[in-house]
Amino acid sequence: MGVGIEVNNLNAWFGKAQVLSEVNMKIAPNAVTAVIGPSGCGKSTFVRCLNRMHETNPDARLTGSVKVGDMEIYEPGTDAVDVRRRIGMVFQKANPFPTMSIYDNVAAGLRLNGFRKRHQLDAAVESSLRMAALWEEVRDVLKKKSGASLSGGQQQRLCIARALAVQPELLLMDEPASALDPISTGKIEELIFQLKTQYTVVIVTHNMQQAARVADHTGFFLMGKLIEFDKTEKLFTTPSDKRTEDYITGRFG
Amino acid sequence: MPSFTRPLGPARRLKNIGFVVASVLASVLVLAPLVSIFGYLVYKGVGSVNLAFVTHLPKPVGEEGGGMANAIVGSLMILGLGSLIGVPLGIGAGIYLAEFGRGRFVTLVRFTADVLNGVPSIVVGIAAYALVVLPQHHFSALSAGVALGIMMIPTIARTTEEMLLMVPNTIREAALGLGISQWRTTLQVTLRTASKGVITGAMLAFARVAGETAPLLFTAFGNQFWNLDPNQPTSALPLQIFSYAISPFDEWHRQAWAGALVLIILIVVAVSAVRVVTSRGTMTHNA
Repeated sequence: MGVGIEVNNLNAWFGKAQVLSEVNMKIAPNAVTAVIGPSGCGKSTFVRCLNRMHETNPDARLTGSVKVGDMEIYEPGTDAVDVRRRIGMVFQKANPFPTMSIYDNVAAGLRLNGFRKRHQLDAAVESSLRMAALWEEVRDVLKKKSGASLSGGQQQRLCIARALAVQPELLLMDEPASALDPISTGKIEELIFQLKTQYTVVIVTHNMQQAARVADHTGFFLMGKLIEFDKTEKLFTTPSDKRTEDYITGRFG
Repeated sequence: MPSFTRPLGPARRLKNIGFVVASVLASVLVLAPLVSIFGYLVYKGVGSVNLAFVTHLPKPVGEEGGGMANAIVGSLMILGLGSLIGVPLGIGAGIYLAEFGRGRFVTLVRFTADVLNGVPSIVVGIAAYALVVLPQHHFSALSAGVALGIMMIPTIARTTEEMLLMVPNTIREAALGLGISQWRTTLQVTLRTASKGVITGAMLAFARVAGETAPLLFTAFGNQFWNLDPNQPTSALPLQIFSYAISPFDEWHRQAWAGALVLIILIVVAVSAVRVVTSRGTMTHNA
């Protein structure tokens, strides 16, 4: 089952440049939440703060608190690796491990965390690939083909399967379809729709139609601030902030 | 509309042919010394390479036959010891430089590695002599292994660093995002992705030190008999080739040629074997 997220007074920096300021957000469990905004508004940084990927950049700094389910992820006793184990992430550019087969890619998260039981690995790989709607296309070449030999859209679904295989409670997607053609994008959106029955999904997108199609709630970021956060329908039809209205009607950005 | 493309005139075509011919010539010039060296080695050495050569001990001066079996085994032992020292230290240093190092210390390590790469091999031999032979009071295969290992480190460290830096950051992020710890990410994802290049670096270093003679002179020292104890003076192919080649006996000259041929074959076989063994389990893009 998915978990909710509570973000309180989140500030983030790269070096001296502040990229997020005073973000407060309550993300509902088992729903899709979209984060939109113009390039450079901090939306990618925001989701990277939700699984402690922000700090992998040596210049990065952050204050505030993020609670995922009942876990305070920035408390001193919390280990970043544990946090990331419970939160899956799909990146903008599909990044399968190039030296691993399709099977090994999906199994990587489990195997490299010490999980070795063959039958359960097989089962986890199959169910993850099925959930990512890739099973039928790759079932015959699981161990024969490298993950990098698939098409762009297939690679991204492989990455989704890989993220799902470790059974996360939350799935973060950073513009997962921005490099894909409309057909592949459609498949991924369909997938997101199904995923929310079991997971909480947070998706960054610069495609407003996409946010409108898949998300239950949408947050609009501008220059590091969360300007408006509401039900998707409300945000796109009757936004309460002038800046949101300007953005969604295409007056800037 | 102005035209931005010019038709291919005869001058353009001539230039093209000229460049193609020049680059083919250059590659022939590069290949020529290698082919001629190997060809001459085969021509001079193949007559003396036989079963006895690779299974028998050297015979005293004046007696026909005999071989370099002890030197072949000694070389393998010294190179094995050298690789045991040089490969892990080199790869470890390369990982540090590429993945973890920050600030001045990295610059220092990188600079030291480059300087070490330029140190004459006989000087490295003296260092191994001072470090191992003097305290132990005797020559040994171990001291020779230390010398060759030290020589392998900089090459392996720098190629490992370069190869790791070529792995896109998105691959590291993918692994970290899966909740895989930093050290597992480095060893089993990043290093594995770069493994082809890293192995090439290790093989280059191996091939380079396999033919080194100078650092063995006062470490392995040489031995006319069988020795499998790494703590004893040991024969090695380059040493045996060296002492036979400067001897005044025709029979020994022939054996030196044969030894040189065997040494080259040994290097080629070792490098290809490592390639075959390590290419299993990793996939390439087209696989």
